[in-house]
Amino acid sequence: MMSLPTTEATLKTANPVGELAAGVSQATPIMLGYVVLAMAFGILAREAGLTILETVAMSVIVFAGASQFIAAGMFAAAMSPATIILTTFLVNLRHILMSASLAPYLRGLKLHSYALLGWGITDETFAVHSTVYRERRRHHWFIYGTNFAAYAAWVSGTVIGALFGSIVPGIDQLPLGFALPAMFICLLVMQLSDRLVLYAGVLAAGLSLLFGQLWEGNWNIILATVLTATIASGWEKWKISG
Amino acid sequence: MENLWIIVAMGAVTYLPRAIPLAVLAQIKIPEGFIRWLRFVPVAVLAALLAPELLLRDGAFDLSLSNHYLLAAVPCFLVAVKTKNLLLTVGVGLAAAILLQSYLPGV
Repeated sequence: MMSLPTTEATLKTANPVGELAAGVSQATPIMLGYVVLAMAFGILAREAGLTILETVAMSVIVFAGASQFIAAGMFAAAMSPATIILTTFLVNLRHILMSASLAPYLRGLKLHSYALLGWGITDETFAVHSTVYRERRRHHWFIYGTNFAAYAAWVSGTVIGALFGSIVPGIDQLPLGFALPAMFICLLVMQLSDRLVLYAGVLAAGLSLLFGQLWEGNWNIILATVLTATIASGWEKWKISG
Repeated sequence: MENLWIIVAMGAVTYLPRAIPLAVLAQIKIPEGFIRWLRFVPVAVLAALLAPELLLRDGAFDLSLSNHYLLAAVPCFLVAVKTKNLLLTVGVGLAAAILLQSYLPGV
């Protein structure tokens, strides 16, 4: 294995294409999960009455799994455009936190790089990148690689589902979607560097379940994360200063 | 045609929260307290996403043996703690999920 860039200086001389390839290979579990979920989405969206073009366009333009499933249901129920758009906004608002938390790792790039890097932030790519970057700095083309691979899998899965979903019944019944939770489990374990982080994870899990029972929508993710980060960082600061 | 415009708008409201915080925060000096706060975001987001995925089915707690995701999560955690190997964890998880679906009744 070639040596990996770790400092700002070596990052500049790192081979972007090699980093891109490393990013793509890092995305294997994401791609597996996305192809299957996207096929399920393609089938569902067609059943909801969207055309093939609309179904694929949603994956190409929106690229956000949970909100697309929800939107397909709302199209089927003939809800108003404003309701569909607002719901999509709220369901995807959690990306704000992920986007912000990647920022300290990605300083000194051009604006168009940020525009492109932000495009690919999903729960899954964020999970991979926040874990990888905790270990060491990588060239930002590494992120392009993962994001592009995930995007390609999401779009091609949608195309397959939209076109052939009715021909291969049952493929979306296989529990291949478990690739994503399984990946999350490993990434979560890899995040647990010290006891405070472990407690934060337990707290966030509990709060997410609690808030999920209290309110509709995806508010539990945002609220649990904000509250957990506030409590954990406050505790840490208090311990250091006290 | 109208549906396509709705989809474009969905794309816009999804894209902005993804790109703006990164583009802004990466170019300004972030206060130390906020960096400290951001450090806990990944673990919190992961745990907050994962817990309902494993413990709930159709919005209600399901701690029974028919909750295959929860059962399959057990070997995943063990492999993850032991090896910290992403692909191996996913492989074991998928194998467990498929075996459970095939051999354990009640979905």
